[in-house]
Amino acid sequence: MASQPAAAIVVRGSLRAQSRDWSGTILQVLLVLALLFSLATLIVLLYDQLVKAVPVFQERGVDFLTSGLSSNPENAGVAQGIFGTVVLAVLVSLLAFPLGIGTAVYLEEYAPDNRFTRLLVLNIRNLSGVPSVVFGILGLSVFVALLAAAGIGDGRNLISGSLTLMVLILPIVIITSSEALRAVPSTIREAGFGIGASRWQVVRKLLLPAASPGILTGTVLALSRALGETAPLIVAGAVLGSYSNTGASPAEILTGPYTALPVIVYDWARKPQEEFRALTAAAIIVLLVITLIANAVAIVIRNRSEKSW
Amino acid sequence: MTTDPGGPPSAASPTISIRMETATAATNDGPAATPAVRFEDFHFYYGRFRALKDVSASIRRNRITALIGPSGCGKSTLIRSINRMNDLIEGTRVEGMVEFHGENLYANYVDPVEVRRRIGMVFQKANPFPKSIYDNVAFGPRVNGYKGNMDDIVETCLRRAALWGDVKDKLKQNAYALSGGQQQRLCIARAIATKPEVILMDEPCSALDPRSTLQIEDLMRELVEEYTIIIVTHNMQQAARASDFTVFLNMADDRAGYIVEQGPTAQLFTNPTNQMTEDYVSGRFG
Repeated sequence: MASQPAAAIVVRGSLRAQSRDWSGTILQVLLVLALLFSLATLIVLLYDQLVKAVPVFQERGVDFLTSGLSSNPENAGVAQGIFGTVVLAVLVSLLAFPLGIGTAVYLEEYAPDNRFTRLLVLNIRNLSGVPSVVFGILGLSVFVALLAAAGIGDGRNLISGSLTLMVLILPIVIITSSEALRAVPSTIREAGFGIGASRWQVVRKLLLPAASPGILTGTVLALSRALGETAPLIVAGAVLGSYSNTGASPAEILTGPYTALPVIVYDWARKPQEEFRALTAAAIIVLLVITLIANAVAIVIRNRSEKSW
Repeated sequence: MTTDPGGPPSAASPTISIRMETATAATNDGPAATPAVRFEDFHFYYGRFRALKDVSASIRRNRITALIGPSGCGKSTLIRSINRMNDLIEGTRVEGMVEFHGENLYANYVDPVEVRRRIGMVFQKANPFPKSIYDNVAFGPRVNGYKGNMDDIVETCLRRAALWGDVKDKLKQNAYALSGGQQQRLCIARAIATKPEVILMDEPCSALDPRSTLQIEDLMRELVEEYTIIIVTHNMQQAARASDFTVFLNMADDRAGYIVEQGPTAQLFTNPTNQMTEDYVSGRFG
């Protein structure tokens, strides 16, 4: 030590941390705690439901997935719920994605930037914050009434249900698609126009492919939300309780009574018999699996579209 | 291909080299004497702000014309009004005429999309599409509905842009993997793939290193055999080295850009008629 020149010691002293940055450390601890808290909630919830659900799957097996609704817990199953949720997912995607993405393309690329457009965008943003039950009332008073007037059953069917969920998630689809389009660098637009591409060609061949990962992420989040919604479907006339549609033709199923997994969960959770607690948990797990599958499909599509650039 | 005597551009270099051979070429009259693009009493407005005023200029065919001037004098606005890129900005308005082969580009019946197919553009920052090298070049012909042999077009354009040797084995790779200079040459290849007559270059070398800059200038010299090139540049050495004609713009007191002086590059740089031009090209302002 003694042989070390004085200058080196001074330098070492000045490089050493003067004092610990306590506020930074505290913040970091808080952030980790926040993460652990949300993770713990999720894990406890999942664990709690799984513990209740596993015996059902062990006892009933596939029978639980293929049986219809029943007030007898021994043979109650979620077949109609799975069917309803899957059909809703497909119909809502087919309705909401083209409409929502189209609206976003119009607002971002075609609409003039004036007061009316800005008012429109503001309203769409507000709509995304409207409670979902309000959309259920809209579904009941508009879609159910219209379908009933058109003589399509009594109007309470998968069609009006999908339309209700469609308006529920349209604002989210529009907003996320707009953000994704806005995130495409303007140099890409310029390059496209500069080469003599029309506006539609720029949108179709450059902007939508470039924005597709963002659009897909947003739309699948919206779809997951729609699949988990209970309130709007109950208000718009999904069946609470049991019904039977064995032997009905596809057209009759589409225009007849329907239900969906979250509605079944809600219904069973209220039932007095203790056996339904386990069935509720099993239905929740089925719903989670379906949502996960929808997410996985979207991720696969997104990764494909990224590669094809 | 002749190499320029000036060497790589350097901000410290006090001398400005001038292409003497083009100085004579510029004065040669011939078919090139008819203008490819002509401005007549052209004014340009962003909303209520007038960005350009009283612009009258002739851009000769098969020559390189440089637009120079201090920041904010409207060089980019002027070059972008030739292929109507400014139409994409809301609230812009023009007065007067921009003629292309005697046709007013701002006539009611003119489709800006068609204009941009015949007047290509290369931008300040290389902006290849997030696609493969091949698809970048093929993009223009495809949107034009071209049905012939695309491979041939891609190869021809990449060769002409002096990029073929670098990329011929990786045409399917993403264009973003190329270096900055290569990306800019790819953008030039993409621009010429639609067979334009005029190529506009808006400070194409401002983000490039000196070597890539010289490559682009060499390329311009080759391309001008077939195309008319208009280039905006901040770099006076580049204007002096690479252009045949120069248009010098400045900002008036009302912040509108106007043309101070225009003429053959050699004359403008060695014997300017306007004091402002002399001050600018000798680096005393701007």
